[in-house]
Amino acid sequence: MGFGKFLERVLHLVPVLLGVSVIVFIMMALTPGDPVQIMIGDQAITPEQESALRRDLGLDRPMLERFFVFVGNAVQGDFGESFYHRRPVSEVIAERLPATIELSLVALIFALVTSIPLGVLAAIRKNSIFDRIATVISLLGVSLPGFWFGILLLMLFAVHLNILPVAGRIGYASEIAPITHFLLIDTLLRGRPDAFLDALSHIVLPAITLGLPMTAILMRVTRSSMLEVLQQDYVTFAEAKGLSRRRVLFRHALKNALIPTVSVAAIETGSLLGGNMIVETVFGWPGLGRLVVESIFLRNYPLVQAAVLLYAVTYVLLNFFADILYTVLNPKVKL
Amino acid sequence: MSALLDVKGLRTVFETRAGTVCAVDGVDVEVRRGECLGIVGESGSGKSVTFASVMGLVRSPGRIDAGEILFDGRDLRKLSQKELRAVRGRDIAMTMQDALTALNPALTVGVQLAEVLEAHDETLPRGRRARTRAIRERSAEILGLVGIPSPDSRLSQYPHEFSGGMRQRIMIAIALACRPKLLIADEPTTALDVTIQAQVLELISDIRAKLGMSVVLITHDLGVVAEHCDRVMVMYAGQVVEEGPTTEVIGSPSHPYTRGLLGSIPRLALRGQPIHPIEGQVPDLIDLPAQCRFYSRCADRTDACLTPIAVRQVGPHRKARCILAGEDTQ
Repeated sequence: MGFGKFLERVLHLVPVLLGVSVIVFIMMALTPGDPVQIMIGDQAITPEQESALRRDLGLDRPMLERFFVFVGNAVQGDFGESFYHRRPVSEVIAERLPATIELSLVALIFALVTSIPLGVLAAIRKNSIFDRIATVISLLGVSLPGFWFGILLLMLFAVHLNILPVAGRIGYASEIAPITHFLLIDTLLRGRPDAFLDALSHIVLPAITLGLPMTAILMRVTRSSMLEVLQQDYVTFAEAKGLSRRRVLFRHALKNALIPTVSVAAIETGSLLGGNMIVETVFGWPGLGRLVVESIFLRNYPLVQAAVLLYAVTYVLLNFFADILYTVLNPKVKL
Repeated sequence: MSALLDVKGLRTVFETRAGTVCAVDGVDVEVRRGECLGIVGESGSGKSVTFASVMGLVRSPGRIDAGEILFDGRDLRKLSQKELRAVRGRDIAMTMQDALTALNPALTVGVQLAEVLEAHDETLPRGRRARTRAIRERSAEILGLVGIPSPDSRLSQYPHEFSGGMRQRIMIAIALACRPKLLIADEPTTALDVTIQAQVLELISDIRAKLGMSVVLITHDLGVVAEHCDRVMVMYAGQVVEEGPTTEVIGSPSHPYTRGLLGSIPRLALRGQPIHPIEGQVPDLIDLPAQCRFYSRCADRTDACLTPIAVRQVGPHRKARCILAGEDTQ
């Protein structure tokens, strides 16, 4: 792919982001509730103090003007101050982002390493008991709501069996000075295997809850594309060449069967972002998802706007990445 | 000398919801060393399934129900999967109808060629570097043999980067990489332009002469058979209906079906005259009655055809499955 194509794809981001900003801005403005009232709460303050606060937050100006100020600043990388934290939004988001990225990556890895082998096995043993069980599980995987499934897991492993922690990223005793802010990496870099295991035990349940729907979808996709590929002439021809069963399945069949799986996986990774808000809330995970949920309740406009823009950028980039991966796997397609 | 391939009483069935489809029913095939045997018949006559059975490539819900498949004296049906894999690609190779679908779109031609050598060639050096280099050299040499220009640089290309005729050559190259004793060419020219067809068939004939291998040419083109095959076998509805030296069978066919096939070929010499297609269709292969399978389409049918028809000896080297031909062998 040439630089020109790359630039073209990056330019696609501009209208997408502009559209997203408009939508978020309007939605936040239409949501009932007033950030100032929420901040004041039960405190007794004078109307003068209240209007001072409103002026301070920039909420005294008309909506259209606020929107253009927001866009103008955002273009320069300034997303404003969080109403609640009274610090730049970008700073607050940057603090919470590593936890979310870590959780999403572990969930993604979990989904990939479970769904692909299961999908392949279900295709090879089509209509076997295994295939049927896998079908039922994947149906459950897509249909169980994450908040409910997460709570079930918590009740079983954290409450009844008491083998995994209930919430958070890591225990107090294991806290370490951050390097990369990814705890699974930092604990190892600091030479603390005990802390690593502690962090791992915290991430297991949320990662499974977050990754399960993706596992289910990817398993179905892998199974059906594998079934289709196994019918192809080139698989028969590979067998006629006297290749080992393993080589026929993995080198010839799987490489082609994974093309749809990878595209779906890349796009579904975007949906992990949405799942994050629920899973982080259920498991008290100190990430961006929970921050956004809290900020919505507080009508913390700047933070929600910035976070949603970040989601949109990630989504577009993931799709772009999916296209690149597609060309790697499928030599017939060029960007 | 014994035949290279000797199939006796092969029966291959497919279990379907409607019933058991008997795609190959009691077929005997003999392929002699160095000869080219043509297998002719319309779609659904069982010619491809017969040789898929020989290769052990019949997929579920199909299975071989009965028969012996003697190759070089060994019954392939009695071999383990592993032993059979050692025969496939090394002793018996196969090409498929359409190279576009038979070559893996996601792997380079070099990889697809190298893996056959890797699987079977015992003369390759042991050391890793030397082995890789030897495989590359062999691959380029084989591609050169089938007439691919600048083979060395084309090894790293994907199938879609070649033309249709080139792809067919590449598939033949892969099949011939380990110098098999028998090549099963399943409709090698159907997907090609006429000019390329001739080139591909010439190529197969050339290599057959060079390597001294036997070739089974599955086709529905009697013209191809007339030009390239020593002997021909005509199949209809899962059975062999006629068999013999090509010149004799085409010169004076003894089965009405063979006559029908010959009559439906358009000829320049007979321009302006109508061609005579065979009326009707191949019968449903589920629950066939014990009678001549060609009965419903045959112009010469009699009531005697409603009994099971055995194969009859027609001449010293010829057989046919018709009561009007030759003498009953049993």
